[in-house]
Amino acid sequence: MLELRKDIFADERDDNFKEIGKGTQRQDMLGHVTGTSTYFNDHKLQGMLHLKILRSPHAHARIRRIDTVEAERYPGVRRIIRGADVPRNLNTLLSLINFGKDDEPTLAVDKVRYKGEPVAAVVADSEREASEAIAKIRVDYEPLPAVFDVEEALKAGAPVVNETYPKNTFTYHDIYDHQKLRFGDVERGFASADHVIEQRYQMSPIEHAPTETNGSIAAPDTNGRYVVYTSTQALFFSLDTCAKILDVPSNTFHFIGGTVGGGFGGKVDTLTEPLAVLGAMLTGRPVRYIFGREEEMQYGPPRGAERIYLKDGVMRDGRIVARKVRAYFDSGAYTRLSSYAVVKCVAHLPGPYTIPNVYGDVYCVFTNRTPATAMRGFGVTAMDFAIECQMDKLAHLVGMDPMEFRILNAYRDGDMKAHRREAKNTALIECVQVAADKAKWSLREEFERMSSRKDGGGVRAAVPATAADPFAPARPAAQQRTTYDRAAQPAVQPQPPHPPAPPPVSPTPAPPQPSHGAIRFSSVFGSRRR
Amino acid sequence: MTRHRGRGIASINYPIGMNLGGDPSQALVHSNPSGKFTVSLSSIDLGQGMKSVTRQICAETLGVPVEDVYVDTADSDTGPHCMGSFASRGTHRVGNAVMAAAKEARGVMMEAAAEELEVNAVDLETDGRGNIHVKGAPHRSISTKDVAIAAQFKQGKTISGRGIFLVPLSAVDPETGEMSPATCYAHACMVAEVEVDDETGEVAMVRMDSAYELGRALNPRLVEQQLIGGAWMGLSHALFETTEPYYPDASHGPRDFVEYLMPGPGDICPHDIAVLERPAADGPFGAKGPGEMCANPVMPAVANAIFNAVGVRVDELPITPEKVLRAIKAQGGARPQARR
Repeated sequence: MLELRKDIFADERDDNFKEIGKGTQRQDMLGHVTGTSTYFNDHKLQGMLHLKILRSPHAHARIRRIDTVEAERYPGVRRIIRGADVPRNLNTLLSLINFGKDDEPTLAVDKVRYKGEPVAAVVADSEREASEAIAKIRVDYEPLPAVFDVEEALKAGAPVVNETYPKNTFTYHDIYDHQKLRFGDVERGFASADHVIEQRYQMSPIEHAPTETNGSIAAPDTNGRYVVYTSTQALFFSLDTCAKILDVPSNTFHFIGGTVGGGFGGKVDTLTEPLAVLGAMLTGRPVRYIFGREEEMQYGPPRGAERIYLKDGVMRDGRIVARKVRAYFDSGAYTRLSSYAVVKCVAHLPGPYTIPNVYGDVYCVFTNRTPATAMRGFGVTAMDFAIECQMDKLAHLVGMDPMEFRILNAYRDGDMKAHRREAKNTALIECVQVAADKAKWSLREEFERMSSRKDGGGVRAAVPATAADPFAPARPAAQQRTTYDRAAQPAVQPQPPHPPAPPPVSPTPAPPQPSHGAIRFSSVFGSRRR
Repeated sequence: MTRHRGRGIASINYPIGMNLGGDPSQALVHSNPSGKFTVSLSSIDLGQGMKSVTRQICAETLGVPVEDVYVDTADSDTGPHCMGSFASRGTHRVGNAVMAAAKEARGVMMEAAAEELEVNAVDLETDGRGNIHVKGAPHRSISTKDVAIAAQFKQGKTISGRGIFLVPLSAVDPETGEMSPATCYAHACMVAEVEVDDETGEVAMVRMDSAYELGRALNPRLVEQQLIGGAWMGLSHALFETTEPYYPDASHGPRDFVEYLMPGPGDICPHDIAVLERPAADGPFGAKGPGEMCANPVMPAVANAIFNAVGVRVDELPITPEKVLRAIKAQGGARPQARR
């Protein structure tokens, strides 16, 4: 049951509308409930071929040889696709916003880095023939040691998962293996606290479980164009990714989608479109590539499993005075979008509370498992689990009601957030008060009277004195390759041990880069170099 | 065997969109000669209601009935650029783009109506039922259909509009993490009540009470659908789901819905929701977005409720019966905390 509490914040709203605020029936309701809405897989095209993927049985192995001779002769097979057939085999999704280095092949060439990694594709007249031909491909693997634990992956001597990032961590700002947050002095905060606790939290990899699995159908259109019916959550993101991987102008493609059977973040990665289009290019026929349920569950990307260490200092009266966070995002074998989630996580610290000293180090770590990707609450969900379990422990520790403990520490209008922006339009206190009321959980009167709009700002609006980290390493030569050019990867240089600290570097926008193939959404991110 | 009840809470906020790379969406709105409007987008409706919420925003802004607006999503030849449907950005980013496009189209529509009625456009208003009339003189009126016909065949005007909403990119400071990640935040608090069986370790949901602050509930039914569904996804994350049951050991991964555990109809409990609206300065009609955040408070609220019920902390998701039972055994039996 849903109740609209129009009485709260009524003075900030004009509710005089004709259509807004009405529970109008969905535009697409009739189609959905009668089973007549058109999804990508409802397009059955004449002469359509089917694409299936040969996947790696190993979590980490060198590929010595791929023998497709027998598979090519198999009845119904139209084409075998290997890494060498993909115009720009190496890609990273966020190159579209110039973030990160190309690190993931469409089809593995020299190595496989997770169990289930695509090695070759078969395009055949039927799904059955494609699946049977897959079994005829012989791959000679040399298994390599694998690493599955984020903290093991960071140790010296750990197997290198992804040679693009030889330390098994994504590189931030060209120099760091993590994204930092520094606000105030946590160590001084801990020293002044009545209680300090440190706890470890672990999120699990989770499947998006959409009703409709990932898939697409690509077909040659007139005038050299290709039409692509797709389940993507991000139409132009997928279109531009295909333009880059297939090395054609973006207007080669007419992408059609928009009605999708559940996404939750699992349909951003453009997993099927590039090979479906390439299949159509190589055969001149429509090609369908759709994940089976096992592929969706095990080799489609899951929610990543973050590991979080949370250390808090709290006073007897319930005020939290310091929060220190160390978190590891398990990105799996490739970056996909986890690098971005790390930044989102850092921005989220220390949760919706005003804490005078906050410190965060968040790592994007590579392991030999299925690459993780976005999922509902990306970068935030696991941190909220950790923070809110910790809040309960802290309230218990100081003997406070957990509702009142949250109201006491809640951020309010005018407070300075740890990412150094003023809190505005806050409403955490009111949510706690209303939820308490709903649950018949009584709060003391002083907590009933508190408001997001009162008692914020003032000393709480200040950015506290914050010391820079010692031994900030100097920037090595440019190694953050973000262009689409197929230039040789510059050798990755080892970071010098403890060089002298340079003066603080402020972000400088990079000049716009020439666009090749796909459209650039933006030209800079932070202070990266090319 | 005893079943112990406990209550736990969690409160959260959530950023609307993520603009570190720059976050734009575009929309086009145009009328056909019958005065029916089409919104052209490349945005995606995942089932969350993108088509419906942008339809209502467009109708409200144009001042026409919602039945006169149809939203077409995700055709790259006709729909202008959108980043995509993720990061809880749809209502806010695409909604703002549609609003801007509809404002421009409304401007042309009112000019065309003014020409037909031989008045100044600023003296006209829409009635939301398909008519435009002179303020204070409802009898001096023209239907949007007649305006559209006149614009197309007589005046040579296009009743159309373009809209874009861009949150510009924000750099991140490497040393301090200073940044502008989002322009507004939604809020929530949840109270979860559970029943824990101290012999089997099983956790059953008893009820959920929650409050969500969303800026503006543009369509309360769609909001309710999101909040109910999202809470169940959160509950499923809390107690059931994983693709790697022995993480970081990667073995024994489930391959289908028989092996992959999720709550069934028997696991559903009552969920009483309150929605608060504190409009965001840059939201369409103040709206933020309920998309992702509604799953988040459930996981910690359930974990905290389990502690309240039997006195054990399980800090690794999912909180399976095995983990609960091992924790109860490790502390020598259930230790119910103070009832609340």
